Amino acid sequence: MGNLLEVQDLRTYFYTDDGVVKAVDGVNFSVEAGKTIGIVGESGCGKSITAMSILRLIPDPPGKIVSGKIMFNGEDLTKVSDEKIRHIRGNDISMIFQEPMTSLNPVFTVGFQIMEALMLHQNLDESEARKKAIEMLKLVGIPRAEKIVDEYPHQLSGGMRQRVMIAMAVSCQPKLLIADEPTTALDVTIQAQILELMNDLKNKLNTSIMLITHDLGVVAEMSDHVVVMYSGKIVEDAPVDELFKNPRHPYTIGLMNSIPSLIEEGKRLESISGSVPNPLYLPKGCYFHPRCKFATDECRKGQPSLREIAPGHKVSCFRAEEVTK
Amino acid sequence: MSEVILEAKNLKKYFPIYKGAFRKRVGDVKAVDGVSLYIKEGETLGLVGESGCGKSTTGRTILRLLDATEGTVTYKGQDVLNASKDEMKKLRREMQIVFQDPYSSLNPRMTVSEIVGEALVEHGIYKKGKELDDYIVDVITKCGLAKYHINRYPHEFSGGQRQRIGIARALALNPSFIVADEPVSALDVSIQSQVINLLTDLQHERKLSYLFISHDLGVVKYISHRIGVMYLGTLVELADKKSLFDNPKHPYTQALLSAIPVPDPTKKINRIILQGDIPSPANPPSGCKFHTRCMYAKDICKEQVPEFRDLGGEHFVACHFAK
Repeated sequence: MGNLLEVQDLRTYFYTDDGVVKAVDGVNFSVEAGKTIGIVGESGCGKSITAMSILRLIPDPPGKIVSGKIMFNGEDLTKVSDEKIRHIRGNDISMIFQEPMTSLNPVFTVGFQIMEALMLHQNLDESEARKKAIEMLKLVGIPRAEKIVDEYPHQLSGGMRQRVMIAMAVSCQPKLLIADEPTTALDVTIQAQILELMNDLKNKLNTSIMLITHDLGVVAEMSDHVVVMYSGKIVEDAPVDELFKNPRHPYTIGLMNSIPSLIEEGKRLESISGSVPNPLYLPKGCYFHPRCKFATDECRKGQPSLREIAPGHKVSCFRAEEVTK
Repeated sequence: MSEVILEAKNLKKYFPIYKGAFRKRVGDVKAVDGVSLYIKEGETLGLVGESGCGKSTTGRTILRLLDATEGTVTYKGQDVLNASKDEMKKLRREMQIVFQDPYSSLNPRMTVSEIVGEALVEHGIYKKGKELDDYIVDVITKCGLAKYHINRYPHEFSGGQRQRIGIARALALNPSFIVADEPVSALDVSIQSQVINLLTDLQHERKLSYLFISHDLGVVKYISHRIGVMYLGTLVELADKKSLFDNPKHPYTQALLSAIPVPDPTKKINRIILQGDIPSPANPPSGCKFHTRCMYAKDICKEQVPEFRDLGGEHFVACHFAK
């Protein structure tokens, strides 16, 4: 199957009073139709900004997409008119945000918020849209949908609100669903419900999902392909089985060694020393070298580029061949 | 076997709900509803459960940061909940807490040395001066900070470093029992593992006992010796880590454990998906509180509260059907 979305050399910079923050700095990846891509990284690595760039939601100023192409259905989203992108948002590409508490409008009923997109994009009239909204709420597993449709967000629990967000996002049957930490604010049992729901919808509607998360467990379960980001750059890009079996970037390995559940009983967690560099003062050479135990002079001087070391497995590290778990 | 240093029996904490013009008490939020547990010296007891299940309230009630509605807490043979003001002040040196949010739990107008040193001066252990400063440097270097940090303010630190300050503050008084209330939940994975390593190192060095509260089962499994699972204000299961994870007896524990995403794409787990949300603690279901979401529920579950009983080997379960 072909690629639904192709991001090529995307650079999104923020021009602040203190200097230029290169939030996304030359990112390449693609999403196949009907597949899930996981984007992993810690806070500040640029994963959410990548998603917002795709939907052109970057506040300008101070942010700006400096260069790169975002090819969706044969069109470059960085170039299309504002009117066109408004038509794509919520219709062809929609987004589930992290905070179900703050991303719903508290003064409108949830039904109205779902209907709004339907009336705008699908030209439904009010009663049709309402019917469809109730149908969507049922699809995402909300009981008593006929009643809930007239309730306000504060009357619902966190898990229910996230379901409403998902109902809203999939109501126009988008081709691509961007989910930015969709379950981070939720409890594990509710998280399990939501992840199952997203997988169901993906199979039913053949939607591609771009799943942004810091939880490697969620990624392992949901994704077909994984991209690991660090300080605005992709450090590793591989199919999910390959990545977990054979991680090659020291940062990816460090992340895996940091998760308590992956570590054998009684073994010490091998944490990555130090912390994520300040985006205003990035280190010279490979951005990860100050925290990397494999670093050599080469890493301190030059910046590695993303190269293919096995079919479909790309790593940006000079010493990827020597690096092992 | 090492001795029990802290024991809570039938601990309850209700928050009243007032309504109407005369602020009439119309009910209670039963945040903690009859929790019994003990912690041994040098041991970590993990407390897990979903948001609103009362795990943090349990921790705070044990420390008497909240006044208990009912029940007893004994620390090294001393009654904590009825201790006088002077006795309590002595106890506070022994029992400390590390909070969840490293951003809001440090006073932004105090420097690191003031934050860590305040309690030392208050308890009369040190007078302000060089000796105090030396001690503070000693404590913060143990916690992975450096000497030049002591005159800085919290906003100059990253989340992980702030959590280290919080740990240093708790540690300064040389306590033997620490309530760690979601100490790593606000941190990134790579930083989280640094803090977990720090907590385990300190435990080995000083024979600390922890009550480790978290919703992250992976973290709790890693750090704890025994684990208690809470649901709607009550403990539903309490056992040593191995038997809890290998052989969970309570249906809620089983569902909770199966819900953890496994970071291994080759493993497919049989997931038990619970239906619905957690009921409100102001109006909990009758009988067994879990019966509304339990797939094994029978009539008896709606009527009778299951006893928290020992199935052998200190594996406690509150379920009518657990064997």
